[in-house]
Amino acid sequence: MSKVRFELLETTCVPLPLENIDTDQIIPARFLSATSREGFGENLFRDWRYDKSGNLSKEFILNDPRYSGQVLVAGRNFGCGSSREHAVWAIYDYGFRAVVSSNFADIFRNNSLNNGLLPVEVPEKYLRELLDLVRKNPGTRVMIDLEKQLFTVLPAGESVLFEINSYKKECLLRGLDDVDYLLNMRDLIKAYELRNTADK
Amino acid sequence: MQPYTLFDRIWDSHIVRSIEGGPDVLYIDQHYIHEVTSPQAFNGLRERGIPVFRPSSTLATADHNIPTTDQHLPIRDALSRLQVEKLAENCRMYGIRLFGLNNPDNGIVHVIGPELGYTLPGMTIVCGDSHTSTHGAFGTVAFGIGTSEVEMVLATQCILQYKPKKMRIVVDGKIQNGVTAKDVILHIISQLSAHGATGYFVEYTGGAIKNLSMEGRMTICNMSIEMGARGGLIAADDTTIDYLSMIPSVRSRSDYHKLVKKWKELKSDQGAAFDREHEFNAEDIRPMITYGTNPGMGMAIDEAIPIIASHSAGIASYNKSLEYMGFKPGMKILGHPVDYVFLGSCTNGRIEDLRAFAQMVKGKKKASNVTALIVPGSKKVEQQAINEGLDRILKDAGFELRQPGCSSCLAMNEDKIPAGKFSVSTSNRNFEGRQGPGSRTLLASPLTAAAAAVTGKITDPRDLLKD
Ligand code: SF4
Repeated sequence: MSKVRFELLETTCVPLPLENIDTDQIIPARFLSATSREGFGENLFRDWRYDKSGNLSKEFILNDPRYSGQVLVAGRNFGCGSSREHAVWAIYDYGFRAVVSSNFADIFRNNSLNNGLLPVEVPEKYLRELLDLVRKNPGTRVMIDLEKQLFTVLPAGESVLFEINSYKKECLLRGLDDVDYLLNMRDLIKAYELRNTADK
Repeated sequence: MQPYTLFDRIWDSHIVRSIEGGPDVLYIDQHYIHEVTSPQAFNGLRERGIPVFRPSSTLATADHNIPTTDQHLPIRDALSRLQVEKLAENCRMYGIRLFGLNNPDNGIVHVIGPELGYTLPGMTIVCGDSHTSTHGAFGTVAFGIGTSEVEMVLATQCILQYKPKKMRIVVDGKIQNGVTAKDVILHIISQLSAHGATGYFVEYTGGAIKNLSMEGRMTICNMSIEMGARGGLIAADDTTIDYLSMIPSVRSRSDYHKLVKKWKELKSDQGAAFDREHEFNAEDIRPMITYGTNPGMGMAIDEAIPIIASHSAGIASYNKSLEYMGFKPGMKILGHPVDYVFLGSCTNGRIEDLRAFAQMVKGKKKASNVTALIVPGSKKVEQQAINEGLDRILKDAGFELRQPGCSSCLAMNEDKIPAGKFSVSTSNRNFEGRQGPGSRTLLASPLTAAAAAVTGKITDPRDLLKD
């Protein structure tokens, strides 16, 4: 569980113009044997980042020195497949703080929000233009203002409003954690249990 | 009273509290855990210095990271062994029941939960595993969660969750010979795409669904996640109750008759509103196979790989996918050589699947170019296969039954498909490298897998059933 705050972010982006990127690509199963949350960034996109002999693949975008930054921009249906939270840990550990896509898989979205990684959902057309722009101009800077729910390409100032539910927004802005929240509700939960055993 | 869907009925009755403008605090009746997605959640409890809130509502198994041969020996891979030991240690420390390696009730979490009678109609069920949707076959609201949420459930038996939208999928008509529940769900996903149900919870209904066995229904619900759905469910009926009545721990409950009465009432009302509806006719469904690297890329086995217009949005991903598979648009894959066959997983590792496979290979011989992994979903399935003599039929045909586990479904253990090799697999995901780095997976039914195993190539199972 993350207790880090999501601060105003101004950074460059890494474009990954593929759809349906599943969590097996983000972190392959053979790296899931660890019992802690640390160190998964090393194997982020492992089988795209390295070739069969374990050398860095020149073609893969993370290995292209022109691209860097704290925002990953990827095609629709990002994070589909397995529920493994390790995928989010890997992305975060690598250094990303937000992922931009036109559509996120449900479990991945929850996992991201629970770990301080911001999923920014933008319209499909906007996403395609953004991917093109960033690919052509690797130095493009963007700003993410969670408070205002604005994603902006700098310096032109073209902004798009993104959705986030108010509860999760609060949690991210203030660095709050769901477990603490739920622990404070234990009496209510016990009352629920009592009501239900009485029903039976 | 406003008509209610089954999903709403179960969800709403488990709300401890609705947060204004926020998620629901949802009470969880049954929590399943396994070795891979739980250790960090237990670490969280330890850091907070809190106990497990309701230890008897959580059940643990070791399944993802275990070998499927020589299970009596220590696990060779040190990290895997440590992970399995960590689970046992956590379960001991927090008072959680564990069906670990070599326990007669061990198996894949989504196979043992139902077969041991822990999954019951009307429940809310979660597990740190996306295929938790499987349990929806019993008329439950069951869905996969991440490790942070596992920690929430351990700590409070609740999670914070936004209510998904509702979709109804109706499948009417008679399922044809040689076609299975797996083909039905692969067909549906191929029509709706790998993200066609993102944000939704699906209720399956219609004549074809009602005629399915519990095993078939589990196969359908299992793969709901492969079109992006949080979960899928099927209302309990006589088939469900017959299945449950065979489980001693369920049948012997003092409130059994009361429960059955309650289960029978659990369904969607006439006229209940869904956010989206889709209808399918089972008669249109042929044996299916996937040709790409997401489960939406499927077709009838005798069709050609679709040609997508070059200006389409996803064309780059589509081409990359076919390139990975070594296929070309417009190509037919019937007759394409196969290197591996995998029968197993929480999609198709149940007794009915082993029976279907055995029936198909009976009196035939495994093709010499094929390596086959036949992996029962649980110890109980393994034992039943032996009791029914399926192991002998398999053996005579040149196959061997392995020990239970997730195995080649995700290839965390040694059961990996080598790079470039073609695998006809009864599992649920054909993602790049899912069955091992560079492996090429073609998802299909147990019948299609068996047909490939004896012919050594992609074969329409209906051709063999004719003989
Ligand atoms: S069999 Fe496959 S899909 Fe099912 S729980 Fe195991 S790894 Fe997950």
